[in-house]
Amino acid sequence: MAYPPAARPSPPRQPSVKVILASADVQRVVDRIAHQILEKTQGAANTVLLGIPTRGTPLARRLADRISTFEDVVVPVGVLDITLYRDDLRRHATRAVGPTELPSGGIDGKRVILVDDVLFSGRTVRAALDALNDVGRPASVQLAVLVDRGHRELPIRADYVGKNIPTALTESVKVTLAETDGTDEVKLYGGALS
Amino acid sequence: MIKHLLSGGDLDADTATEILDTAAEMATVAGREIKKLPALRGRTVVNLFYEDSTRTRISFEAAAKRLSADVINFSAKGSSVTKGESLKDTALTLQAMGADAVVVRHPASGAPHRLANWVDGSVVNAGDGTHEHPTQALLDAYTMRARLGRLAGLSVAVVGDVLHSRVARSNVLLLSTLGAKVTLVGPPTLIPVDIAGALAPGTDVSYDLDSVLPNVDVVMMLRVQRERMNDSYFPSAREYARRYGLDGPRMRRLPEHAIVMHPGPMNRGMEITPEVADSPRSTIVEQVTNGVSVRMAVLYLLLGGNNR
Repeated sequence: MAYPPAARPSPPRQPSVKVILASADVQRVVDRIAHQILEKTQGAANTVLLGIPTRGTPLARRLADRISTFEDVVVPVGVLDITLYRDDLRRHATRAVGPTELPSGGIDGKRVILVDDVLFSGRTVRAALDALNDVGRPASVQLAVLVDRGHRELPIRADYVGKNIPTALTESVKVTLAETDGTDEVKLYGGALS
Repeated sequence: MIKHLLSGGDLDADTATEILDTAAEMATVAGREIKKLPALRGRTVVNLFYEDSTRTRISFEAAAKRLSADVINFSAKGSSVTKGESLKDTALTLQAMGADAVVVRHPASGAPHRLANWVDGSVVNAGDGTHEHPTQALLDAYTMRARLGRLAGLSVAVVGDVLHSRVARSNVLLLSTLGAKVTLVGPPTLIPVDIAGALAPGTDVSYDLDSVLPNVDVVMMLRVQRERMNDSYFPSAREYARRYGLDGPRMRRLPEHAIVMHPGPMNRGMEITPEVADSPRSTIVEQVTNGVSVRMAVLYLLLGGNNR
């Protein structure tokens, strides 16, 4: 008489980690966004890249670097700190304020491209638009992101998207870059159990 | 982050440095066309001034307004204080009106400490009697760092009426926390016995200004506070100016890079001559400008987040 097999012990419960973009992929994606910017802006004249800290800053620098390699145009790069414009300032302990560095030519009358790593609720971009409003009057504003993970809470969309990642709200997306974290990688951490 | 700012000694080196770094970012707002940040929108800051003040009150008011806070100015003159209302009752009134922060200047040393126990909001000491004035010390430290590039290892002479000076007390506490060495200089009648050791070990006292000047990076002249003097602490204003006033010849004995500071208001011709006050070494006007940035940083760090 055969016994039914013993129930297998369930695997240890741990969230799954999935690498969405490896180092070489990140570089290809940045290259593609740089090409798209050149294409959509007809050569990136009169354009300024503003990175949103922390990881938007190195991304903006890389895009400018790639653009100058591809077409030999120098696109000014700046940093736009949005801390004081956040809508959740009061829900957390006081956040440290970072530097805002605008290119010497300013942003008035320019095409400003905001650069960030992940587009999620859209609240960061909303804060960045408010901050931009206080530092100058650009001719137009565009948005470039490495990853769009959906779940917008505001009517905001990106003009340049490196990678669309369909996610559940329980999952989290983590971008690491060589400049800030040592390696280039985009990972999806599963909130659901595997 | 701390809840109140009552003393220069409330701040450890990290917090003080964070305030100075934040102030440097706030300073960039002053150069913009739109000098406004939304960080304290909907918060109420009350300026509670029981003593006359020009620059401190205006500076706090400008700082709060640049951060979009609502500002209520209260001065003892023309208020119910003249009808005999106590500090506590005034405080409870402000509390009932929902003040998120109270900036208080009071002739009694320790008044802000008492106030901090009565109100729920943050209390910022804007000068209490002959005790402390921490935001002045912060703006002085900011000015030194901006001009000389560092604070650690600086040699600072604080000269004059130390006895009555809240600026001196707060500066000794803060500067020693940040690694500067302070020497208190003045006539023996105006330097309390043991003050150096009691405030911060490592602080020196000298009664001879001329011997101190060649070795300092910063000279901070204090105002002779006639309104707080009930005795004769020195024979005459002329003699004081001769021995402890900073004039042109004395200024030229300073090292090349040294700066001259004064918290204001100045008694020109008494502790400082116009030649010195208006010279390029003088940071007196910068101190006022920096005061707004530093107070913006203090208000943001006390009120900006959910620190309750």
